[in-house]
Amino acid sequence: MKPAYLDHAATTPMLPEAIEVMTAQLGQVGNASSLHAAGRRTRRVVEEARESVAGALGARPSEVVFTSGGTEADNLAIKGLYWARRAQGANRILVSAVEHHAALDPAHWLGDRQDAVVEVLDVDEFGRVHPRTLRAAVERDPGTVALVSVMWANNEVGTVQAVPELAEIAHAHGIPFHTDAVQAVGKLPVVFSGSGVDALTVSGHKVGGPMGVGALLLARGVDPVPVLHGGGQERDVRSGTLDAPSLAGFATAVRIAVERQAETRARLTELRDDLIRKVRQAVPDVILNGDPADRLPGNAHFSFPGCEGDALLMLLDAKGVECSTGSACSAGVAQPSHVLLAMGADAVRARGSLRFSLGHTSTQADVDRVAEVIGGVVERARRAGLT
Amino acid sequence: MRLRVLAAMSGGVDSAVAAARIAEAGHDVTGVHLALSANPQSYRTGARGCCTIEDARDARRAADVIGIPFYVWDMAERFHRDVVEDFVGEYAAGRTPNPCLRCNEKIKFEAVLERALALGFDAVATGHHARIVDGVLSRSPDEGKDQSYVLGVLTREQLARAIFPLGDSTKARVREEAARRGLMVADKPDSHDVCFIADGDTRGFLERRLGAAQGPIVDESGQVVGSHEGAYGFTVGQRKGLRIDRPAADGRPRYVLSIEPVSNTITVGPRSALEVTAIVAERPVWNGPVAEPYEPLACTVQLRAHGEVYACRARLSGEEVHITLDAPATGVAAGQAAVLYLGDTVIGSATISTAA
Repeated sequence: MKPAYLDHAATTPMLPEAIEVMTAQLGQVGNASSLHAAGRRTRRVVEEARESVAGALGARPSEVVFTSGGTEADNLAIKGLYWARRAQGANRILVSAVEHHAALDPAHWLGDRQDAVVEVLDVDEFGRVHPRTLRAAVERDPGTVALVSVMWANNEVGTVQAVPELAEIAHAHGIPFHTDAVQAVGKLPVVFSGSGVDALTVSGHKVGGPMGVGALLLARGVDPVPVLHGGGQERDVRSGTLDAPSLAGFATAVRIAVERQAETRARLTELRDDLIRKVRQAVPDVILNGDPADRLPGNAHFSFPGCEGDALLMLLDAKGVECSTGSACSAGVAQPSHVLLAMGADAVRARGSLRFSLGHTSTQADVDRVAEVIGGVVERARRAGLT
Repeated sequence: MRLRVLAAMSGGVDSAVAAARIAEAGHDVTGVHLALSANPQSYRTGARGCCTIEDARDARRAADVIGIPFYVWDMAERFHRDVVEDFVGEYAAGRTPNPCLRCNEKIKFEAVLERALALGFDAVATGHHARIVDGVLSRSPDEGKDQSYVLGVLTREQLARAIFPLGDSTKARVREEAARRGLMVADKPDSHDVCFIADGDTRGFLERRLGAAQGPIVDESGQVVGSHEGAYGFTVGQRKGLRIDRPAADGRPRYVLSIEPVSNTITVGPRSALEVTAIVAERPVWNGPVAEPYEPLACTVQLRAHGEVYACRARLSGEEVHITLDAPATGVAAGQAAVLYLGDTVIGSATISTAA
């Protein structure tokens, strides 16, 4: 039997249209920076990709900086904006406690290795950053805040943040606001110009494009210090030869994902709600993590009392259900999720968690497969207990 | 019968080949790497059963090549409590522990085995060089690599759930086979040292854990002949590193005869004083094909890893095993296991408490 792939938040299959344009471009020669005909042809592919991404996300083409993916875009936003603002005397970085490590770690690195002061914005039990939390942190000394970074929607528990409202608070004091929208694009309406954010991270492989490509949308007048120096591509903000095939695939995926967003959202919400219902039926004491209403349409994140997430994952894998414990690894050892801990969960609950994330290829059969096996799997994992 | 087998994969060549063989035999095999340190960088690369990031990666790559699922199990807390703390505690009590043996007893064939059984596995396979035939443990044909000693503490119940797919092979064959199977770890060096002591400096490790505690070194008459910085740094039978200024009356080298933790005293004396023939050992395990010997049983005993084998008579008395050697042994340290054999077959074991 084909496994039920329920880890779309980790990566989602490429859209056939994206594969087609990307593979067609792989056979072409040309560096987008070259001046001859081959270069111009490639340049055209890159610029059309830029226009396509900009159009889909409500940005201007000049506001799109292509990167190697979400992690690089987050690093560029946080380090780059910090360095630019540091030159103006601001040194505080405000980040939410539930950011992806790609945002959290650059911030803490600036705090540990440079002179940044990192202030972590608390979240409530659902993982939400309250505007009053940000306001209080900003107003303590607005002139010293270098930047604010709060993700659009959380990759683990799916909670959607009030990004426009939060951005407004930063803007009132002229502070740049970055958001990691990697999980949100294609699942929620994301309009750069209307959101009020200054920098927004997008990733290719989360929306049906290839891995290894993404973008940072940068509002006009927001100029981070580069992280990668070199040939001066991407308005001198991000050097490196542009990967035309990947960009073509990426742009196609973003365009289609955004076109189908409303439909995808409705369909995944329904499937996801069915999944939650069925898991609750099989495991009555299961805890649904994250905002019960305002969450990513494909996300269902649970804690299973008395179970180790690792054991659940292994047993489900053996039964053809592919999901995630959603936690960071070092040498593959699961650490309790910083997101759940920030939401007030204890380490035991955090370690007994699983994320099911649905995407464009998910079907009712996938949900039914989980419903069929989850009861037995949880029972077995409970027998193995907590080590 | 097709078994569901958990293959413990350290990242070394032995456990990789063991997993490959058991999978090839048609069993349903899942590879598991045991993460034994919360801070993987702190342990030794290539150490047995251990857990640097490199070892975890090697294990994962081997599982990929074999084509079996692979997971990492976090056993750091259990390992720290049952092996590392036990190791430190045993030295502090003047005994000489064997952490590999303890790890087999408490981690691989207790914590891991119990979890595996609860999760629906039938057995745990490892890359140990030892044989199990009908639930009875015996030596590997590779004398130099034989690990039956460090497995001698396993109970019959534990052995019934253990599979050692390398039992009939020499190490050289295992390496050849690893290369033939395309396992990248084929040439990975063997491990020897205590895995959780990154720099190999056991005395330094114990000193950091237990602090320096100066005490006297005395001879058999009780006369002080030197001093030490911590009795835990010594093992019965040790000759080097005593740093005694005055030579013995007879000019012969002196050895550690005993370690007395309460008074923090090391007693030294000539090699002849190290010779023992009567050993008392506690916590007996009878895991072989013979009944518990309430009458003296003629057998052989091994008193440390890769140590000599002595002919003896062993008798169970209450919770103790009394072992009488036919010829004297030296360097018999409390805390080590006495593993009893009939020929190559393990019949039982116990932990040495006293020797005279």
